Amino acid sequence: MLMAICALLVVAPPAALALNMGLSLLLGYRPSERRLALSTQATVVLSSIAAATLLINMLLTDQVQYTLDIGRWVDLPVEHFHFSVKFLFDRLSIPFVILSLVLCGVISAFANRYLHRDEGYTRFFLFFVIFLLGIVVTSVAGTIETMFLGWELVGLSSALLVAFFHNRVNPVANGLRVWTIYRFADGAFLFAALVLHHLTGGGDLNLMMGSKPWPESACVLDSSHALIVGLLLLVAAAGKSALVPFSGWLPRAMEGPTPSSAIFYGALSVHLGAYLLLRVGPMLEQSPTLQWIIIALGGITAVYAGLVGRVQTDVKSALAFASLLQVSIIVVEIGFGLRYLALIHIIGHASMRSLQLLRAPSLLRDHRRLEDNIGYMERTKETTRSDSALTPLRIWRYRFAMERGYLDTILDDWIATPFLRLFRWFDGLERRVVKFLSIGGGRAVAKKPSESDEMEAS
Amino acid sequence: MNGYLHLPWLELSIACPIIAAIVCWRVKNESLARNIALIACLLTFLLTFGEWFDFMTLETFSAQDSNSVVFFLFGTEYFVIDELTAPLLFRVALLFGLTIAATMRSKASRFSVVRTLLAEAIILAVLSCSSTLLLCLLLALSTILPWYEMRLRGHDTSVFSLCMSLHLGLMFVGTLLVWLGHGQPLPTNLGAGLLVLSAMLRAGIFPGHFWIVDLFEKCTFGTAILFVAPMTGAYFVMRLVLPVVPIWALHWIAVLSLSTALYAAAMALVQSEARRFFAYLFISQSSLVLAGLELANPIGMTGALCIWLEIGLSLGGLALTLRAVESRIGRISLEQYHGLFDQMPHLGSLFLFTGLASIGFPGGLAFVGMELLVEGTVEVYPLVGTIIVLATAINGVALLRAYFRIFTGTRHVATVSIAARPAERLVTITLSLLILAIGIWPGSAIHSRYHAAESLLKIRQESGIDRGSESSEPASHPPSDESKNSANH
Repeated sequence: MLMAICALLVVAPPAALALNMGLSLLLGYRPSERRLALSTQATVVLSSIAAATLLINMLLTDQVQYTLDIGRWVDLPVEHFHFSVKFLFDRLSIPFVILSLVLCGVISAFANRYLHRDEGYTRFFLFFVIFLLGIVVTSVAGTIETMFLGWELVGLSSALLVAFFHNRVNPVANGLRVWTIYRFADGAFLFAALVLHHLTGGGDLNLMMGSKPWPESACVLDSSHALIVGLLLLVAAAGKSALVPFSGWLPRAMEGPTPSSAIFYGALSVHLGAYLLLRVGPMLEQSPTLQWIIIALGGITAVYAGLVGRVQTDVKSALAFASLLQVSIIVVEIGFGLRYLALIHIIGHASMRSLQLLRAPSLLRDHRRLEDNIGYMERTKETTRSDSALTPLRIWRYRFAMERGYLDTILDDWIATPFLRLFRWFDGLERRVVKFLSIGGGRAVAKKPSESDEMEAS
Repeated sequence: MNGYLHLPWLELSIACPIIAAIVCWRVKNESLARNIALIACLLTFLLTFGEWFDFMTLETFSAQDSNSVVFFLFGTEYFVIDELTAPLLFRVALLFGLTIAATMRSKASRFSVVRTLLAEAIILAVLSCSSTLLLCLLLALSTILPWYEMRLRGHDTSVFSLCMSLHLGLMFVGTLLVWLGHGQPLPTNLGAGLLVLSAMLRAGIFPGHFWIVDLFEKCTFGTAILFVAPMTGAYFVMRLVLPVVPIWALHWIAVLSLSTALYAAAMALVQSEARRFFAYLFISQSSLVLAGLELANPIGMTGALCIWLEIGLSLGGLALTLRAVESRIGRISLEQYHGLFDQMPHLGSLFLFTGLASIGFPGGLAFVGMELLVEGTVEVYPLVGTIIVLATAINGVALLRAYFRIFTGTRHVATVSIAARPAERLVTITLSLLILAIGIWPGSAIHSRYHAAESLLKIRQESGIDRGSESSEPASHPPSDESKNSANH
């Protein structure tokens, strides 16, 4: 009974807060800053206490897994279709949800001061609460559908927070790009969920991973099925964790306010892809090919992030690529089957990177204080190179890094632009057909869209 | 199993807007006419709610009015409520009421309440009609009002006239051939083929979608929404096409519908005007509904019926939001940023909320509907299910692009307040709460849609069309008549 109450209290407060805040704003009631901050922090504290109690209880009773079955949201027994809402608390989800709650609590306290009297304060907290609900649901989801639900909420809140400063074009354009990548990655996730549903007859993660608790669980899928589902999930994870070739959105996401950058792209959101791979880890081991693909993808992303991160000229972008480097190493660890190491790496990295990102706006001040405290630091190494050291390879590498591996350019030139051009051509064709069919013309033929649209939309 | 409603709800709900339209036509004062129309819409809404509630207590598949005037006059009952139409009638009445309520007084001269009330009566009659011939006549009648408005506004009606004439012509000839076929393969198959073409035109399946975009460009936004949002094309498919077309043909049309959904989603992404964007978004979503219906398996049909119910509300809400914005700043170009969020945060939030609900984002009924639809599609064509996922993803990108272009990107400066009026807020809040309520507790809605799907498939089974297709002997009569007539007495 205590376990059930605690498990429910991990998920219910963020859901209640999100619903309450959404309805309040819909009905035109604008809560004060104080009330918003207090309610958010109270929610985080309540959920954290519940999660900690659950953990202690599980340690005391030597229980390694607990499932809270809320019931079937949708049930069509004749068609063997059911949409179960289950929450799974085990050695993977409990540490991750506690990490999420602690970091969300810290960030909400920071944001309360950082955004004090900002016109977007309420909006920020609304998106933040949606994110909180999304990350909690994703962390403790017991079925693939429930996980997808949380996954989508995280994606939406991330994109809207990138576009937080919405009176300028750049944040908005970057928000749209983040959303575009997320949508296609989410599409892969949804399709993987449906394939799994089809293969195993249900979306329960327990059912898919055998009866044993994580990480000893064994997947019930055969090698070829595991490869197909695993590849789809890898695309979803790559989109969310900004692995190659989707890495271009990560520095763009830093357009948002510092608290959101810290929570999303330094700490939690960027690790969600790795978390997904960890959750389905037993399935990855079913297919050695899949494991090697994951290791290769992680390795390539690590080299890319290492190269590109070295030439960044602003602190948030440098931190974004440093974050990506660590995430890609975590992915490699998952590929090698080092699940506990990957989990510890996530926790350590997320905590450290959050601190770094939160301190980023006052970096110079921190350095000055550090120098004041330890005294004058004499530079021992030459920091500039002579012209003779600039070999063609070095120049090419520098340009490659400055252009962030040309990833955005490749995606734009090879996928987005041809796609948009094709459908603009269809649009023009349709307008010509309507003009041909119209006797009077009139307003039937609106003017053709200009090329200026292309850049932003792509 | 058929029953009788305790009151003549159906006839009252159809008569109420007709009487109100006559009164409004006689009243010269626009403001008074609007108030009368609002009261009539509220009354109609309550009547449709009453008939739905009454119907649910009967626990039958279909029911008809007791003490029916139509039965007294003609000796047969033409209006029937069943599990498929009960929530649709309620939804249509709600949408008409909310559209009139959200119309600004300054726009009253351009948006005729008389024609709107007549359109409401016709659509309600279409959705509860049990006679094939009367259904065809009502569908024909419903096309006259938008056509008349286009003429009145001095716009060219060629595209609309051409598509609708073709649709009506094919529909009448097809129905006649199926009816006169009496089991002869050639006329019946030919009739079924013509009905399919007619349905594709009405539902806006590629390449018959031109008229929807044209309608949105030339009619008032309100009239265009109210003509397309009830999705009479899908209803036409359910009543006239599904019972007479063989399964293999339905599956091919389903693939075509899915391709239209993907095509329209991509087209929505490149549009430079908000109205055209909305038109393509609507085509994409309604094509998904049609695809699900044509899969003719319970799970796919349940998904389609769920999406049908949801997008009527959510896309209706999205359209009303766009209409409210348009009434303040004129036609909305998507080539530039308008930055309206700070001026109208309520409308901005609602745009996003209704839009996301319509594309199957978690929190709306369409989320589960999409899953069911993909599941149903995968059962028939394993790889074609990816089209739905892709179309939904592109729709999501198109939606957020439109949101960013209209509500963000710059700061809009207005000398007077352009925030949502109380009536608009009420409308948007009502729709949002309804979408949220159905989305959070989808169980009963899904079960009701599942029963409706099962019953429709049973009717199809009874018509023997699939047996007929196997042995090259098609059905002898339009089963909509058979099924509905069995409900009459």
